[in-house]
Amino acid sequence: MNLAFTEIQETIRMVQMESLDIRTVTMGISLRDCIDSDFDSMNNKVYEKITSYAGQLRPVAEQVEKEYGIPIINKRISITPVAELLGHASKDQAVQLAKTLDKAARDLGVDFIGGYSALVHKGITKGDQTLLEALPEALSVTERVCASVSVATTRTGINMDAVKQMGEIIKEASELTKDANGIACAKLVVFCNPVEDNPFMAGAFHGTGEGEAVINVGVSGPGVVLNALKRHSDADLGEISEVIKRTVFKITRAGEMIGRVVAERLSLPFGIMDLSLAPTNAMNDSVAEILEEIGLERVGTHGTIAALALMNDAVKKGGAMASSYVGGLSGAFIPVSEDNGMIKGIEDGALSLSKLEAMTCVCSVGLDMIALTGDASASSLSGLIADEMAIGMINKKTTAVRVIPVPGKSEGEMVEFGGLLGRAPVMGVNPFSSEKLINRGGRIPAPLQALIN
Amino acid sequence: MEQKRAVVSVVGKDQIGIIAKVTTCLSENKMNVLDISQTILQDFFTMMMIVDVSEAEDLAKLHDDLDKVSQELGLKIDIQLEDIFQTMHRI
Repeated sequence: MNLAFTEIQETIRMVQMESLDIRTVTMGISLRDCIDSDFDSMNNKVYEKITSYAGQLRPVAEQVEKEYGIPIINKRISITPVAELLGHASKDQAVQLAKTLDKAARDLGVDFIGGYSALVHKGITKGDQTLLEALPEALSVTERVCASVSVATTRTGINMDAVKQMGEIIKEASELTKDANGIACAKLVVFCNPVEDNPFMAGAFHGTGEGEAVINVGVSGPGVVLNALKRHSDADLGEISEVIKRTVFKITRAGEMIGRVVAERLSLPFGIMDLSLAPTNAMNDSVAEILEEIGLERVGTHGTIAALALMNDAVKKGGAMASSYVGGLSGAFIPVSEDNGMIKGIEDGALSLSKLEAMTCVCSVGLDMIALTGDASASSLSGLIADEMAIGMINKKTTAVRVIPVPGKSEGEMVEFGGLLGRAPVMGVNPFSSEKLINRGGRIPAPLQALIN
Repeated sequence: MEQKRAVVSVVGKDQIGIIAKVTTCLSENKMNVLDISQTILQDFFTMMMIVDVSEAEDLAKLHDDLDKVSQELGLKIDIQLEDIFQTMHRI
């Protein structure tokens, strides 16, 4: 069937004026066959495998981008959680492995490599512990390595011993990179119910249920949704949901096609398509502005959660209709530093940390890219993590914490992280202590929701 | 042989010779124009062409050639394989 002029125009408008982009093509690579009792041998095998599998990732993605005229912003790699490779390795060796990963990413010209990870939601193995201990240093001496740690799931409960350690790790990582506003923490996510095929950073890893290698695609387009809503300023909320759904359907179809073309040219299976409205600091590329367009004077005011719930659900429905292989996190991200609307909400006093927490109950992930005061204690950070994990555990959803305590900064100051990471106003944490809770340790048992067999 | 089609879009300030220059560039790259339509939207000249690219050997070279025309005329010219539009607007 011939295309109508208006259809061609719509696509071109989405790409050129409304920032529709393929946020990332992420190649998942299993590294399990690199395991070796001799560390140096494993280190070499890891580098060899990544660079040979992903050698063509960037050129192929760039070629596809050119031919179809849709920008692919990032090319990324996700790998088997590194803790599973470590075995007897020492902390220094774990840091060395991070450097190897960073070098591989740099040599390949990929933007990030994710999977410097450990899954410790029930218990901590020797390799996991080595990784946890290496995390602060590994993240401060590398540039493109992203880490994630799973400390809770609905099926297992919350590993509070791990939560305690994570507060300390975040604190230490921030101190080690204090000259760069604690940037190491921007590459570290603490998860509840992580997904194994997420193409977005910093939380991407190639899960144990995955195959040898796979291509996953992450598409974004808050600008497209925002502009679609602007054309329906008098619609009721049912129609708003319909507009979002239809728009997302088209974006998802475009993303899946690009993903399949890239996968085919690399002779790899296509994994999943993750449609997540992920904002950037570009003009009008903001999730907060969508919420404001729905009808809030400023994001964070009463009604924010209702609007976010409606949007997140409509995004999922549109995506589910467009592709059979929707996976990852699919929904809306609400990072602070990467979203001009969120930043404005905080500056104007409309949006607070508690409201952000509440919003994570209905968005696709969690507390993301939030700058905290430098004096926030490790136990307060652990408390913050524990709350977020509890929300995910009880609601059977993925939640995450990626916060950056910025050394030497106090509430209200603005910090710059640079590039895609943006800038954020520093927020204060609750001044009352959570120390006793955190020091009790142990596990919070799996909730009743887990008993479904 | 099956047709492989692409959409060429030109947006910018209206001026003399846009179609002439763009089509010259296409014919030099062995591309047949199948359909063409143009309109003026808010003072902006907008033209869309569907072209047959199955004979074209090197899409990258065409890209570079179109870039030159685009700089010369101060217009935005894009070429995209048609599949992307089909996928988005047809089920």
